[in-house]
Amino acid sequence: MAHTVRIEDNGVSYTCAPAESLLEGMQRLGRRGIPVGCRGGGCGVCKVEILEGEFSTRAMSRDHVDDDDRRHRRLLACRVYPAGDLSLRVIGKLQKSVCGATPDPRLPA
Amino acid sequence: MALTGVLRPGHAQIRVLDLDESVRFYKDVLGLVETGRDAHGRVYFKCWDERDHHSFVIREADRAGLDFFGFRVLDTATLDKLDADLQAYGLKTERIPAGEMLATGERVRFELPSGHLIELFAEKTKVGNGIPLINPAPWAKARDNGIAPIRLDHTLLYGPNVAAVQKIFTEVLGFYLVERVLTPDGNANAAIWLSCGQKVHDIAFAEYPEPGKLHHCSFLMESWEHVLRAGDIMSMNAVPVDIGPTRHGVTRGCTIYAWDPSGNRFETFMGGHLPYPDYETMTWTFDNFGQGLDYPQRKLHETFLTVVS
Ligand code: FES
Ligand SMILES: [Fe+2]
Repeated sequence: MAHTVRIEDNGVSYTCAPAESLLEGMQRLGRRGIPVGCRGGGCGVCKVEILEGEFSTRAMSRDHVDDDDRRHRRLLACRVYPAGDLSLRVIGKLQKSVCGATPDPRLPA
Repeated sequence: MALTGVLRPGHAQIRVLDLDESVRFYKDVLGLVETGRDAHGRVYFKCWDERDHHSFVIREADRAGLDFFGFRVLDTATLDKLDADLQAYGLKTERIPAGEMLATGERVRFELPSGHLIELFAEKTKVGNGIPLINPAPWAKARDNGIAPIRLDHTLLYGPNVAAVQKIFTEVLGFYLVERVLTPDGNANAAIWLSCGQKVHDIAFAEYPEPGKLHHCSFLMESWEHVLRAGDIMSMNAVPVDIGPTRHGVTRGCTIYAWDPSGNRFETFMGGHLPYPDYETMTWTFDNFGQGLDYPQRKLHETFLTVVS
């Protein structure tokens, strides 16, 4: 069953299947300029802070997520999988494009 | 002999976040040939048509990126001479003993002002490409496994002090500058493409504030058809693709950029023009960087400038 992920910065929600990373779900929002990078936890462009909810993670680079980040659940969205409804805040390079850009008119919202 | 000194890229060692997943990727999807594992847990690969024991090594780590990039030089006398030349130039070098890396002789290692470790070596066991040296067939069966590039072609590295890096390669190591992209003010190079032979590049650098970053390791394909086939295989395996298939303006090479499971970018590449050391450098202004990167689309893809490991 898909879970609901709420982006607190702008109040937008999207659905995300348990087998899907938070970044894959976010991409479907179709906002222009979501800087989708490596999708492998190596480049760090997709950093978010999980505010609430259960999730699991896969390996991600310590260059972008140190112990303090982990404690504060500041993680790379491409390596986080929802285990229930979630809310998150977008940080780092992703913020401008998720919260500032207008939806791409060619894609369903 | 015309080609002396530094001969070619010899190996890249890459950090991966999950070894087993990465071994599967490099063997079954990229189609490299596994040639060994060592006591440090490193896994060694070569491209099917390469003759040396390995060209690509991975190890599990808690961060992605490049450990070092190595070049084969002509012989041990050349290795000793280049070591002395680097030291005379003011760089600190380190000797890594033979055997530290499987099937590999002594290596000379030094750090560039861009924060990357570069190695030189003269000896690595030749294991062959599966084709006899007497009456050789044009290809071996391993050519059909996965993407199956024919060799490690070059790397593009991101870091600071590109001007100083260029001087080391051109004044000490015998490379020449094939192409460059100027900074927006036109007073310096934003990116440089360097060759040590007649390939369009053996190594490239782009100016970037963070040191020691990997942009991509590039693997050579035999034809444009093989690049397109690589794209098919990427999609069949849900490999995240960055750019392409398309043609670079810089180098004229045809390309796909994609990422390995740890976020290390790699390239499947073919073509490019054939420079000589006496050719003048070709220059791209910054406002034409889009064509330099993606000639048909004329697009300076954001990820090209910002996504590295
Ligand atoms: S997209 Fe590179 S770390 Fe998530
Ligand atoms: Fe390249």
